[in-house]
Amino acid sequence: MTVTLAVLLGVLTTAGVALLLERSLARVVLGLGLLGHVTVLFLLATSSRAGQAPLAGAQDPTDPLPQALGLTAIVISFGLTVFVLALAARLLSIVGDDVLPDDPEDRRVAAAGTATVTEEATP
Amino acid sequence: MSALLALPVALPLAGAALCLVLGSRGRQTVAVCASLGALVTAILLLVQSDDRGPVTGVVGAWPLGVGITLTVDRVSGLLLVVALIVLVAVLVSALARERADHTWPGFAAVYLVLVAGLALAFTTGDLFTLFVAFEIVLISSSVLLAFEGRPEQARATATYIISNVLGTTLLLLAIAGIYATTGTLSFTVLAQRWPAVPDATALVLVLLLFTAFAVKAAVVPLSTWLPDSYPTAPTAMNAVFAALLTKLGVYGMLRLGTQLDVLEGEVRQVLYVAAGLTMVVGVLGAVAQDDVKRILSFHGVSQIGYMVFGIALASVAGLAATLVYLVHYIVVKAALFLVGGVIEDRNGSSALRRCGGLQSRAPVIALCFLVTAGSLAGIPPLSGFVAKVALVRAGVESGAGVLVGIALAVSLLTLFSMVKIWNAAFWGDVPEDAADAGPSLGASLPLVGLVAVSLAIAAGAAPLVALATRAAEDLLAIGGTA
Repeated sequence: MTVTLAVLLGVLTTAGVALLLERSLARVVLGLGLLGHVTVLFLLATSSRAGQAPLAGAQDPTDPLPQALGLTAIVISFGLTVFVLALAARLLSIVGDDVLPDDPEDRRVAAAGTATVTEEATP
Repeated sequence: MSALLALPVALPLAGAALCLVLGSRGRQTVAVCASLGALVTAILLLVQSDDRGPVTGVVGAWPLGVGITLTVDRVSGLLLVVALIVLVAVLVSALARERADHTWPGFAAVYLVLVAGLALAFTTGDLFTLFVAFEIVLISSSVLLAFEGRPEQARATATYIISNVLGTTLLLLAIAGIYATTGTLSFTVLAQRWPAVPDATALVLVLLLFTAFAVKAAVVPLSTWLPDSYPTAPTAMNAVFAALLTKLGVYGMLRLGTQLDVLEGEVRQVLYVAAGLTMVVGVLGAVAQDDVKRILSFHGVSQIGYMVFGIALASVAGLAATLVYLVHYIVVKAALFLVGGVIEDRNGSSALRRCGGLQSRAPVIALCFLVTAGSLAGIPPLSGFVAKVALVRAGVESGAGVLVGIALAVSLLTLFSMVKIWNAAFWGDVPEDAADAGPSLGASLPLVGLVAVSLAIAAGAAPLVALATRAAEDLLAIGGTA
């Protein structure tokens, strides 16, 4: 793996994770896309060596398996991207925004906890 | 290749395709028949692999190492059978109780794809197909989580997808690394080539792989997505998610951990700590909750700790205990969530403060809850007791006293929160605003069936433990530590 590819993978991963941590689903989708690219690039960069296209009759063909794995991964991440986009559209139509809200139950339990603490603290 | 081998995957997939063109009644019949057919073949495969060793074949008659390898040994056969029993029961319950097919005509097809994905995960013989199976399960379960289209479901599904995609991304990175180092992804060939991998490389790859499985299995600290997303799912789906999806991660750890023979040194230490944390954090989370589905979801995290503990022991007794625990837990957890569904039906809410008096209104359900809740906590002579005794004995044999202590203390806390549900939902007065949907035979029948299976596990403990021990010996023999 060349230095350029290694740096590229690092940059893509950083950007992907940063986007994934956003509340807005549109950015999350972009983050998922970037991380998908990272895996495919990593697959090709580490597992393949240079050679001719792996077609029948090629002399010194490259290993076809990582390419097949990469293709499968691309198809899967395509499907997931479409599904998350549909979710974002659904949220947009219900909430009017594609920003993920907090878990209401979680907020309630947390609030109940602090309420008891303050009651005990101030009798 | 044995034609039987492909059926647990092929039948549900063919059924899913059929469901897309059939009418409502046809869809429901096909869905039930296809999953029942898969269950029957799974039982045949388990018997065959127990008699004559693992059944292996390559899809499409490709040479070994090129095509997709399917293999069923005692471990995968056992898990496949239990998983399919639960899948059939939950399917019947979802069709009868939630009228899922009427809510959304695509339900049966997507559910069958989930069945096929789970079957593929348990039958596959190579790492990449395992990844594909994880993704099939992820996509179909996300659809099943969201199909009712309520706002909180959209939120929960987003959490679920994002965390799990991150997990599968790590899995794919690990797979790429493993292929680059060893030049193979087949479990059996990997087991032969793994000892030649330099220690440092092996450690990085194994930790990457196990982190990916830990996200799937909701091992603390990678567990926060689970209690956040599962409680909003349609109840029957909740049962199948909590019972089966996290077990894929556990199965991955069990399979790869033994195949690569890496359950020692640093990896074992990490697993010990993670197992202890998972048990404690999960159960403490459950104690703080006051909603049936949320309490059960947090227990879903806590119980994973027991299985990871058994895997970390990496002895025949430890792995056998993990298998027994898996079998018991898959059945009991699905049954508990179905009880949760009935509680919700009869009170109009699963919040404990709005429940009450179910003991007199639904005595059969109360009995089912007693059996399954007692089993989850490990009260003798129920199935959870069998599993916990096996685990504690294996732990003591391996000298893991601290974790055995934690496991027992966590059992007490589990009992505490089960009693909390019992007091609030089954005893007490009937709430005045209870929106009683009335008893439904279709909802109770699968539940009673699952409880019967749980009792059968307790009654047939000796043959089950013997089978699990044979399976664990197989696992360790492949890895070369036996």
